[in-house]
Amino acid sequence: MNWSQIAAMPWMLWRRQVAAILRLELKKSLFSKRAWWIYVLTLGPVVVTALHSLFSRFGEHTLAEDTMVFAGIFQVYFLRLGIFFGCVGIFSNLFRGEVLERTMHYYFLAPVRREVLAVSKYLAGLVAAVVFFVGSVALSFICISMHWGPVFQQYLFHGPGMAQLLSYMLTAALACAGYGAVFLLIGVMFRNPMIPAVTVWVWENLNSFLPSLLKKFSVIFYLKSLSPVDVAPDGPLAILATVTDPTPAWLAIPGLLAVSAVVLAYAAVRARGLEVSYSE
Amino acid sequence: MSEPRITFDNVSRFYGEVLGVNRVNLSIPPGITSLVGPNGSGKTTLMNLMTGLLRPSRGQISVLGIPPDRPDDLFRRMGYCTQVDAFPKGLTGYEFIYSFLLIHGMVESEADKLTREALERVSMVEAADRLVAAYSKGMRQRIKLAQAIAHKPAVLVLDEPLNGLDPMARAETIALFEQWGGEGRHVIVSSHILHEVDRISDQVILLSHGYVVAEGQIQGVRSEVKDQPMQILVRCDKPGMLAARLFERDHVVEAKVHEDGKGLLVRTRDADSLYLLLNRIVMETGLEVETVAPADDDVNSVYQYLIGEGGGTV
Repeated sequence: MNWSQIAAMPWMLWRRQVAAILRLELKKSLFSKRAWWIYVLTLGPVVVTALHSLFSRFGEHTLAEDTMVFAGIFQVYFLRLGIFFGCVGIFSNLFRGEVLERTMHYYFLAPVRREVLAVSKYLAGLVAAVVFFVGSVALSFICISMHWGPVFQQYLFHGPGMAQLLSYMLTAALACAGYGAVFLLIGVMFRNPMIPAVTVWVWENLNSFLPSLLKKFSVIFYLKSLSPVDVAPDGPLAILATVTDPTPAWLAIPGLLAVSAVVLAYAAVRARGLEVSYSE
Repeated sequence: MSEPRITFDNVSRFYGEVLGVNRVNLSIPPGITSLVGPNGSGKTTLMNLMTGLLRPSRGQISVLGIPPDRPDDLFRRMGYCTQVDAFPKGLTGYEFIYSFLLIHGMVESEADKLTREALERVSMVEAADRLVAAYSKGMRQRIKLAQAIAHKPAVLVLDEPLNGLDPMARAETIALFEQWGGEGRHVIVSSHILHEVDRISDQVILLSHGYVVAEGQIQGVRSEVKDQPMQILVRCDKPGMLAARLFERDHVVEAKVHEDGKGLLVRTRDADSLYLLLNRIVMETGLEVETVAPADDDVNSVYQYLIGEGGGTV
């Protein structure tokens, strides 16, 4: 396919169709009763960090310690649990949820290419995931240290705080993009997305213990590389962890986006062959 | 140039080892075509194949020259009202139609205009701003129909469209089908209400156990059923005398005087010979004949002959 053929494609039509599908999907992704547990995953760390600030006594710990605690929460909770399972809930249901609710056929009976439908649904899921989790990360980051008052303000606006916050937000957004593409594909390919999702989760959590080469075949490796504060492995299993140089941001960010795009493209191709048979 | 058709070329569809439809060859012209058959005979499978919701295990399908695996082209010319009674949550009747017209790529003013026209067509204007979830079964059926016709498709596929409709809505809906069929569009209907199918259909496709048993205009299909004698009702002033004369012929299997005593129901293996004989009797005896009409060339009779009680529930 050459550039003139690409330019001749109906981009304006696709843009309008994406906008129309986003309009329908965003409502579902952001305000779904079935997704109550995603709200819990989102609000949980905000509540915990706010309680920490409310009940901390002056002199018990330092701002640097809070920064390290947040780095731990980000890597252990947000990347490995919250965002991961939040994306399972949001993205794997984009197609599968419609089949369960017996409404998938309305999209399949519209004059829209399945690839455009898949991309639109992915974008809707991505917007919802970013609103939930990037918002949660930002609020938690502020809540955990807000009891420091002017010291925290100084750290945020005149120290490294803002850069760290933006890095966390960017990493969370990339996590949503990467895991989102993976779980959209899983939702398209499998009737029950939980088994493959748990398999991916185990793989991602084994990452610290894998040889350097295998580590690179995961999303978490690049996300950890982008985290602004490094958290060393701890606990009895730490001895089994292998040390690999982090991937620089200039490679990790486009790399993650490229992998997400490839997985999304494959999901779109698979969506072309989807059939609707509600009696299954 | 030949008229545009919907064609099935040796199409089979299996669900694992279960047969959906097998070796279907069809060429459906414009007009109203009814799919008739018992539950599980393959009517919905055939419709889902036609609309690309299912892919054939074997064979080729073409809808006005478009293969069903190209939805972006197909659904500009086709609308499908399925049997599935489920809707996207949180939408009003208006939003339900309007949102999906926007997915066609229409600008908002055009989508709004077509939505209002479709709502008017199915008499749902007053309920348009209520949530679909609050609609009655009949209203849900009508809003689905409105959504299927909103973009004025050349091919309209309707799976049990009369289900849940009250008599008034049913009459309006049938009138709509007749109008669309009369305009040279394809209207493909599956319905278990045989007398209504019979009234509106230009042609029928009879299905049983995944096979097409017969297809075409119903009178033509009936005349092909050679093993069942034709029933002909002769309205006349002397049915007893007519019965006596007809019994002299071998091809007359049975003659029964009508309940009102003013007609004779004749079963014959050779309708053409019967009509000739009838002419002769009239000439010879002065019998006054009011009407002569086939009594079993309707969908129900043909269905019973070809599929019968063993076919299950229609």
